[in-house]
Amino acid sequence: MTLIVSRRGLIRAGAAGAGSLLLPGCDRLFDNATFRETLESGENLHRVTQRVLGRNALAREYREADMSPAFRANGSREVTDPAYRQHLAQGFANWSLMLGGLVEHPLTLSLQALRDLPQRRQITRHDCVEGWSAIGQWQGPRLGLLLDMARLRPEARYLVFHCADLYHGRPYYESIDLVDAFHPQTILAWAMNGKPLEEAHGAPLRLRVERQLGYKHAKFVARIEAVASLEGIHGGKGGYWEDNGAYAWYAGI
Amino acid sequence: MIDPAASSAPQGGELVRRHRWPTRLWHWTNAVTLLVMLMSGLMIFNAHPRLYWGEYGANYDKAWLKVGSARSGGGEQGYIEIAGHRWDTTGTLGLWTDADGKVQRRAFPYWATIPSRYSLAIGRIWHLAFAWVLAAGLLLYLAWSLVAGHIRRDIHITRAEWRPSHLWHDIREHARLRFPTGASALRYSVLQKLAYAGVLFGLLPMMILTGLAMSPGTDAWAPLVTEVFGGRQSARSVHFICAWGLVGFFVLHIVMVVLAGPLNEVRSMVTGWYRLPRERRP
Repeated sequence: MTLIVSRRGLIRAGAAGAGSLLLPGCDRLFDNATFRETLESGENLHRVTQRVLGRNALAREYREADMSPAFRANGSREVTDPAYRQHLAQGFANWSLMLGGLVEHPLTLSLQALRDLPQRRQITRHDCVEGWSAIGQWQGPRLGLLLDMARLRPEARYLVFHCADLYHGRPYYESIDLVDAFHPQTILAWAMNGKPLEEAHGAPLRLRVERQLGYKHAKFVARIEAVASLEGIHGGKGGYWEDNGAYAWYAGI
Repeated sequence: MIDPAASSAPQGGELVRRHRWPTRLWHWTNAVTLLVMLMSGLMIFNAHPRLYWGEYGANYDKAWLKVGSARSGGGEQGYIEIAGHRWDTTGTLGLWTDADGKVQRRAFPYWATIPSRYSLAIGRIWHLAFAWVLAAGLLLYLAWSLVAGHIRRDIHITRAEWRPSHLWHDIREHARLRFPTGASALRYSVLQKLAYAGVLFGLLPMMILTGLAMSPGTDAWAPLVTEVFGGRQSARSVHFICAWGLVGFFVLHIVMVVLAGPLNEVRSMVTGWYRLPRERRP
């Protein structure tokens, strides 16, 4: 048996040696509940700071010339649910959005009804948590308008967006608070770049919550529910990625 | 001959007070914080190992830097691609074997990231929590440095020091590893001042500003922060480049500490006490 020690092998062994001391240390430290909760409480600091410094600030809007030539789709690009597939085949002619929960007047709105409401059109930058960005144009009614129509009950504090897709076998959902819900750029977009939303981008309806990262922008929105607390909804942390991946609920950072 | 003025100044071999407590505290806080920021930052980079210039940038757009893996001939190689030039980095970047012996196709290897297993979410939790420590520490330290005269006395580069002849002299002394001795070792040389000022007023504030520029929340109320860098993806690129600038500073810093006498240097940064190097015999 010959033993050949290469330079690369040595470097790798050295790095792995150092890593095997330091890294499991960090990984183990993170397994400590108190330490992890301390780090995770940074999210509250982010949310409060952002709310104090820019509660009503508008996300930047761009010119058509600034738009991405191609807009990357992420997450679910297809929905397998048979009812959804039927709606898609029919051009969502018989589809409707439900808005309920803690509201005085629950709403059921067809896609045409959503198109007939006053519209907002905005060219904004979509920032994915992974790091990439794409600029596109979105159009739809303001969420605040729908909430005014449905009249939120005083105890309502969050809006939960239930989606038609399953991601890795679990229902996708997201939630935002009332500051973002009534923000003038928070819209329910049915059109993107001047055309009805494509399936990959969340047809027929996608939430745009422009001051937060991409995973908050729920696609395939089927039902909106006003709630007092996020507890008891799926994993209780307010969203698919929050429940299944330790991602922050407040995604403005 | 004995110079009468020299007898009152501290001499080579004497123990002197060198670093005040705010400097020592900030130094070691930063040592931990920057290591965590770097390693968790590399984990975040792994989620999308491409860099762009401008406001937008995703897979369909042109990346100026890319780390990945590709089939080549019968095998597979990891690579880094910068401005169209590709280097084979198999084993280190793009294609490597993890601690369990499994082949992974992420950009930076497990021994360079926090956490060691791929998790963008946990990398972000570390990174964004320690970002507060970095920003608050820098702000407090800059305020103290200004008030306590640290900047004026120790970092400020005088007109005489800016002279090319002085700079050139200092570069030559450094290259020959002839470091100051006796009382003159109490003062930073002009190259040291440039390095520390570059980190204090250049790299660290740039890291924080480019970090803020990537936040969609901050971009709404402080759009200028993103715009000065020419867009969010440019800010992400500058963030990455400045991070390696800090790694460069760290390497140089460690080399200089080792050359200057590591025990004495580390003691001065822990206890504040520093033994002045003895004057060289002619």
